[in-house]
Parts: sequence; structure tokens; C-alpha cells
Amino acid sequence: MAERFKIAIVGSGPGGLSAAARAAERGESHVLLEAEPHLSNTIFRYQKGKFVMDEPGILPLRSPVPFKAGSRETILGAWDESATRLKINVRHGHEVSAIKQATGGGFELKCGNGQSITADFVVMGIGLQGNIRKLGCPGEDLPFVQYQLDDPDEYSGETIVVIGAGDAAIENAVALAKQNNVVIVNRKDEFARAKKGNEQAILKAIADGVIECYYNSGPERVDALSVGRKKGRMILNTSSGKAQILIDRVIARLGATAPRGFVEGCGVVFPNKDPASVPAISSQYESNVKGLYIVGALGGYPLIKQAMNQGYEVIEYILGNKVEPADEPLLKAKFVKMPGFRSVDEALARIQKNVPLLASITPLQLREFMLDSDIRILAPGETIFARNDYTNTFFSIVEGDVQVVVDEATNKRIALRRGEFFGEMSLISGRRRSATVLAGANCVLVETPRRSMNRLIASVEAVKRHIDEVFILRALQSRFAPEASADQLADVVAGARLERFKAGDVLFNEGEVGDCLHLVRVGSLTISRNIGGKDVVLSYVPAGNYVGEMALMGESRRSATARAAIASETVRLDGESFKKLVNRIPVLRLRLQSEYRQRTAANLAMQALPSGGDIISFLLAQGAGEATDILLIDESLCVRCDNCEKACAETHGGTSRLDREAGPTFANVHVPTSCRHCEHPHCMKDCPPDAIHRAPNGEVFIADNCIGCGNCERNCPYGVIHMSYKPPKKPGLIQWLLLGRGHGPGEAPHDAHDHAEGEIKKAVKCDMCKDVGGGPACVRSCPTGAAIRISPEEFPAYAQSRN
Amino acid sequence: MHDSILTYARSRYLWIALALTLASLIAYIAYDPGGPPNGGTWLGYTLGTIGAALIVWLMLFGMRKRSYRNSPGTLRGWLSAHIYLGTSLILIVLLHSGFQFGWNIHTLAFVLMLVVIFSGFFGVYVYLRYPNLMTRNRDSATRVAMLDEVAEIDQNALALADGIDPKIHAVVLRSIQNTKLGGGVWTQLRARDGSDIALDSLHGALAERDKRTEMKTTEMPTMFAMVDFLAGRATDKQGEAMRSLIDLISRKKGLATKVARDMQYQAMMEIWLYIHVPLSFALLAALTAHIVSSFFYW
Repeated sequence: MAERFKIAIVGSGPGGLSAAARAAERGESHVLLEAEPHLSNTIFRYQKGKFVMDEPGILPLRSPVPFKAGSRETILGAWDESATRLKINVRHGHEVSAIKQATGGGFELKCGNGQSITADFVVMGIGLQGNIRKLGCPGEDLPFVQYQLDDPDEYSGETIVVIGAGDAAIENAVALAKQNNVVIVNRKDEFARAKKGNEQAILKAIADGVIECYYNSGPERVDALSVGRKKGRMILNTSSGKAQILIDRVIARLGATAPRGFVEGCGVVFPNKDPASVPAISSQYESNVKGLYIVGALGGYPLIKQAMNQGYEVIEYILGNKVEPADEPLLKAKFVKMPGFRSVDEALARIQKNVPLLASITPLQLREFMLDSDIRILAPGETIFARNDYTNTFFSIVEGDVQVVVDEATNKRIALRRGEFFGEMSLISGRRRSATVLAGANCVLVETPRRSMNRLIASVEAVKRHIDEVFILRALQSRFAPEASADQLADVVAGARLERFKAGDVLFNEGEVGDCLHLVRVGSLTISRNIGGKDVVLSYVPAGNYVGEMALMGESRRSATARAAIASETVRLDGESFKKLVNRIPVLRLRLQSEYRQRTAANLAMQALPSGGDIISFLLAQGAGEATDILLIDESLCVRCDNCEKACAETHGGTSRLDREAGPTFANVHVPTSCRHCEHPHCMKDCPPDAIHRAPNGEVFIADNCIGCGNCERNCPYGVIHMSYKPPKKPGLIQWLLLGRGHGPGEAPHDAHDHAEGEIKKAVKCDMCKDVGGGPACVRSCPTGAAIRISPEEFPAYAQSRN
Repeated sequence: MHDSILTYARSRYLWIALALTLASLIAYIAYDPGGPPNGGTWLGYTLGTIGAALIVWLMLFGMRKRSYRNSPGTLRGWLSAHIYLGTSLILIVLLHSGFQFGWNIHTLAFVLMLVVIFSGFFGVYVYLRYPNLMTRNRDSATRVAMLDEVAEIDQNALALADGIDPKIHAVVLRSIQNTKLGGGVWTQLRARDGSDIALDSLHGALAERDKRTEMKTTEMPTMFAMVDFLAGRATDKQGEAMRSLIDLISRKKGLATKVARDMQYQAMMEIWLYIHVPLSFALLAALTAHIVSSFFYW
């Protein structure tokens, strides 16, 4: 007979622990199921001494369990203490493998250790880390079998078997091999899954005999030994039979199983296949399965404090109590300036009623959305954003209207009214604003930051579809035919399709029959021709432009090959309906023809250069295609004085964000390790406090609320972000000269280990000296003009200037 | 886009400097001081003041280079002007002196100025020529990467040599110990990496071995000595290892030469500043003495 509880809480992370604590405090029958022998595995596995932040600072904490910013140890200690004090019913070693709705109400939870539990309500707080994949053979839980390696230097003179062929396994094996006898076991016959550098490192170590490798092999059994010098023995299944190794330690790095499969197995529905999407939950955290609640990162709330508040609230909701959400006062402060404000709920309802785009989202998503957004009340004629600004927020019109300046020369405007939205172009393409927008009468807007909007698009299919439809129509209008009405374009819009391309994918090949044109929506393309057996890049097509119209305008075959320079998305317009549109609007034909002539001339000029296209190809190979502004150094001018690095350090408190020497060179053009301010910055992808922003002039910068988690450093493919302590203040020139205080201008950076107690390392990167004035210091301080910053649109002109 | 400091802003400062010298020249020819041309005339004072102001301004470049925020103009513009206006100083000061020279503080200041200017010319030459050489020599590698590779080759060579013969091991070890990259100014400028010295000891070790087998080796370079060893006395497996060792050592030699040359180029691009800058301060002192003494001993 299974044990029965009122509330079963799965996972003892911040959300689950807080829920269990509240249930214990209220004296409710509950159980907290945790797979590991300790609480909060995700935080437990943080590096020793890691400083944990309590963002967002404005949100009050509401939980019986304390939480303040501090070291990992302090926080875990306080939580363990609370768990004991509140007598939380924790069951360690209970990894829940299935949750089923029991006949006669409630749920049945099956655990990996064979135990079974029934409960009326389930609170799921399992986070997103997933469960570490274990060896899957007898002996997988022996004390010398570990699934993590904190410090490879801790071990020496041991025989260690590393299982796995991914980056983690390779990095561990190579690091351990310095002081130990290491054997690596690979299920396959190669290390194809690993990064290039790691693959080379492990193959070299194997070739040098430093590491022994068993390919096509897997563990069959691990035994503990009580006699002999070694702690255990591992039996391997290899392609040529069984092998036995005497060992001191096993380190298995087999990755983790994503929790999504498990969650779906419980009956919870995800809105789409996007790995970033989260299950839809009600304002009371209930999923589509009645009685099953989801809190924390799994529900889309990755911050510790949010999860803890939800843990508290979810128990109150289960008990049938009404709780004013912790964010109520914050929302009230936002809404109170809205004309006719009565209550938060009423304001939320009004927004949802007035803006059809938001009609389909859940109340909880709306609250979250509004918490991130701002209410903007504007005087008529006020500029909301100007053309060529680099902002990427999204606006929904709650009341009144706005004027979009379609043509600056003639001051032609179109009005957008209540319920419509704008700003989606820059949001999607990551490029500058395409038009100026002015406020109309009684204008009340909701301004949403890029990250929150992208999260909403990823999690609510209807929102995505709605935005895409409007995007296509507006892109057609703005790019081809501002004079055409929505009706005239209806045909083309109906035949339009969104297409995605990976970097290097071909949209169409030279010589093919053309039946469509592509309007680039995200990313960029290159146009190239095969000349003398070699692919020569002729031009670069950034988002917002189109390709393929030539074949529709008379020439029936493609005159060049179009390729995605980076991961890109295009709107594919059907050739037939586009031709009809051209025939209907004579001015469009003229416009296309004049652009066509310009392009052909530019392509011919490029083709005439002996090596012009090579430089573009080289730059694009360095990922410059997704840049908005990239630092290039002409090595024939660079005298290696490193004044650029010194200037960078001097204008940024002593830490240079630029490594001049590192990076590839081609035909004297050197691409140093320095931020390119990508269209869709990789660093922004996963920033818990949302500290990375884009300034109106395009600079991607990190704000002071960085919590030092290092996600951006890991996500940046160009290695331009690093973690650093705040350096001490430098003396002024005269002070340094006369008094000799501290380091002088341009002198060696401070000692990297020198920092105040309790200070944490924060991410630093290039901000293009947006606060200094006069442009980037690296460029301004180059004595020979070797350093320049350009955008990809200038690559063709740059390539021509170098011939 | 990219252009050189000499052609910066369409050589704007070249034209300014030319205009300045031309104006001085015309004034010098047109003006009749009513005696021999001298620094004490009206024109002499004017040219002297221009010259002194220019020197002070040229020296401010050092400060401008180190002030990284909110400073006027680009550094490249400053350098372009620094070069052209600095050059024009030669003629302006010559005209100021009225071609009067002697063994005195005034001529000392003039000579110091010429040394500073000509060391600057050398700097311009180096700045225009060496960056290309350096890029070509490096071939996309960084110095640190090259040094790492040298260290790795050393390790591999040692491991290989260990398996061949203790003598060879000792020779390789010696060669590693003797390879010195960097060091004093002179070593850097000469681009010697010290692996040549190691060759002698290699040779010595082989010579001793040869004495025992009563073979004559006189002036045989290491590499050939190894090849000889390979052909003569080694077993097959040793021969294989020896071949790899020779490959490694020649690779290392190539790399070490590259690094040494890289350092040489870098040193050349910096060494002239050690004349240019201190002497410019000496010039400033001499200039002050020149001005003060001119007024005192009128």
C-alpha cells in the first residue's frame, strides 16, 4: 500500500523547498521528494564559495525559508537549518520516474527506488537542469563513482576511468591525466560530439599514450574491492570481448536527461517544439493537468526568489486561500498613472481586452509580461523612437494611436490604432529601427523589452503567428510598395512563407530557374558567383533587403548564388503573385529596375578586383556576418604598441576588453578578439538578471546588475566577454607623476587577485565607449590608424579600398 | 578606411608644414635685417618663437598619447601632424639661427633637435616597414602560441631522445637549456635564439661517441652528425625515432628563429623611442638654457 499525503512536492530546489516549508508551517500533510542525498541539487553543484545573487532586488521575498544574497555555503546552510526547524518531511533518494492520475482522484508517484506515493496534489519544482545520466549498470552509486569533477588537481597517482565522449568528459580526462593514469571509455568509435579543440586534445593525448582509450565500449559492472591496493574494478564490454580494469575512481560525464520528456509523460502540454518553451500554467501555477502545479524554472521563472515566492503561494492556492501575489504592489505602481486606473486586475483586463495580441496568453504570463514592461503615456507628437535608433523593445497600443513616418522626405505618415503593435521589425531582425514613430492623441503604450517579448513569442504559438503575419505584410509594404493597400498585397502575403537557413545553407544556386524572391528577415546573406572554379563573394545582403528579384524581372535564371552568411530567416515570396503585383504597380517595376542596375554595377566592380571577395569571405568566416560593428586592424599599419588595449583599460576602469594579438589575419586584415555587437547577441540569450542591453546607437553593454553567473562568457562564440573583479581606481596623470600613487596611465593592469572581501567577479565586455564620447577609445588612440571599426554593410567598400 | 599616417586626411599636415616652411623661407629672403641674419632680429625672434612653440607642442604628443578620454582629435591625426611639423622644424630653426654655429649651448640645442628629429625619421621608417615584416614572419600565430609550441616540441624531443640513447638525451637536454629567447636589448636586436650554441655541445657529444668508434668527425654540424648516426649504427627502431627527432629539432629551430625575429622586429619598433624621447627632454632643457642665456647675455 502506497503512503498517502495531501501534497507531494517533487524536487527540493528553491521553489519546491519553499512550498514544502510552507506546507510544514501550515501543518499540512506533505512529502518532499528529492533524488539526491542533499537539498537543492542545482545550487549544491555550484562551484564552492560561489556568490549567489538575489535578483530581482525590488521583489520582496515571501517564504518561511530565508534567502539573502551570499555564498553558496551560507545559503545551503540556512536552507538545511530551516528544513530541520520546520520539520519538513524530506525523502532523499526518491527520484520520481512517473506521475499518473490515480483512479478515484489524486496522483500516484512512482519513484526510481521502487517506492510509490499517492497524493491529492502535486507541486513540480524540478527545474531545467535535468537529471544527471548515471552509468546504468550495477555499481553506479558506489562512493568512488562520481558524476562531477570540481578540481582535477585534487587527485594524483590514481587510476581513473572517465566515461563519456562529450566536452565535459574530455576536459576532465585531459586535466586528470596530468597527475593520474587515465582511461577514457567511448561508446562510439570517435569523439565527433566534442568541440574541435577538445577533440584534438584527446586524440593527441591518446596518440601520445598519455590517456588510454576504449572505443566502442561501455561499462558492464563496477565492483568495490576490499583487498588489494585499488578500490574497485570495472568490467567493460568492448567490441572484442570483456575487459577488466582495476581502478581508484570512475568519473562519468554522460550529460543529463532533459526534464521535458518526463513532464510531458505526466500529461503536461507544452505549447510548441521550441526547446525554450515552457508549459502554460494558470495564475495559480496550475498546469493543464488538474491538481498538478508547476513552480520555478520549469514554469519559466528562473530566478531563485521568484521560485521561492511561488512555492509559498502555490501551497496557499492549494489550500483554497487567496493570496495577493508578491508582485501586486509593483504592478500597481506601474498602472497607477494610467488614465482611469481602478485596480491592478481591472488594468490587466483592460490591456488584454484592448490588445488582441495578448488575448491568448494566460493571466500569469500577462502579469510577468507586465512586470517586465513599462506603461508609457505620451503627449501627442512626442517621438517614441526615431529611425535608425538601435532599440529593440516592442510596443502595444492600449489607448489612442501613433503615427509612423513612412517617408521622411514627404512626411507621409500612417496611423496605427488601439490594439495594434509596432517595433516588431527591430525585435525580429536585430537591426536599426526602420521608421520614426510619433505619439498620437491620448496615447497609452506598453513597452516590452526584447527578452520578455521573445520569451512570450517562444511560449505562445498564437502570439508568434500573429506577429509573423503582421511582419510579412509590413515588410512588403515598407520594402516594396508603401503605396499599396493591404488588399493589393493580400495575394502576395498569402503566398509568402517563412524559411530558415543555417549558416552556409544555399537559398538558390547560380543557373537555377528562379521562381521566388527572398526578403531577409533575420541574419544576412552573401551573393557569390563561380568564377574560374572558385566561389567569389560579390556582395553582402543584411536583414531588411531582398534577393532573387533579378530572375523574376526578365532573366529567367539565377545569375548568382545566395547563401546564408549566418543562421538566417527569410520571407519567401512566390514568384507568380509577385509578378502580378509588379504589373499592377508600375512604379514598383521602375524602383526594382533602378536597384537592379545599381547592384549589377556594384557586383561587376567587385568581380573585377583580383582578391576583393576573398577579404569578405574571410571576414564572414570569422562570424563577422552577424556583427553590427567590428574592430579590424590593418597589420601593415599596426606597430604593436598596444595603445588600443591600454586605452580600453584606461577608459574602462583598468580592464581591457580587447585582445589585440589574438585572432586570425588574412591579407594583413586582422580580426582581434573584441566584441562585434552582434545583431542577435549570443550573450543576451541567457542572462538571469537581464543585465545585457543594446544602447540606441547599437552598443551591446552589460549593466551594473550583472550577477557574475558567467553565462554570457560561455555563450559568446567569439570569446570577447570575461569575468573580472572591479579594479581599484587609478590616480590622475599629475598625481601619479608627482606622488607616484598606484599605477600610471597605460601601465600594467592591476593584480587580478587583488579585490575587496566579498566582491564578486562580474562580466566585462566592450561597450564601444558609449559613455566616454568621441567614439571607441581603441580606434581613437591608435597612433597609426591601423584600428578601425566598420559594419558588415561596409565590407564591399572596404574590400575595394584594399585593392 | 585604412590609410597610412603619411596620407592621413589627404596629407593635410604635409601641406600645412610645407606652407609654414615656405612662408618662413620667403620671409627670410625678403627681410633685410640690416646686418647678418641673426636670431636677435625681428624675424629671428618670430622664427625662434614659432620653433620653441612647435617643440613644446611636439612634446605634448607624449601626453596626448596617454590621455585616453575626451581628448581633442584622433591620435593618428596628432601623429601625422607631429611628423610633418616636426620635420619643418629643421628649416625653421636653421633660418632662426641665420646659419650661425659654434661650440655653445645654442648649437647644442640645435644638434639635440636634429638627433631627435632624425631618430624620429628612423621611427617613421620602422613604422612603415616592420609591421608587414612582422605579420609575414608570424604567419597568423601569436608569440605565445609559438612559444607554447616550442615548449611542446622540447618535451616531445626529450621523450624521443630518451628512447634512443642517453647521450642523445643529454644533447637534446643541453640544446633545450641553451635555447634562450628574449633577454637583453642587444640579444633581441640581433635576433639570436641561442640554439646555435647548443649545436656545439651536440657536436661535442657526438664527437666523443665517434672517438670511441674511431671515426673521424671534424666540423660536422649536428644535423649531419645525427644523420650519420642514423645511417651507421642505429637499429631500425632507433633509426625511426632518430628521424622523428631530427624532424622535431629542425621544426623547433625554425620556430625559435621566428620568435627571435618577431622579438627583433618588436624591439626595432620600440628601441628608437629610447633615443627619441629622452633626447627630446634634453632638448627641452637645452632650449630653456638657450632662451634664458640669450636674454641674459644680450
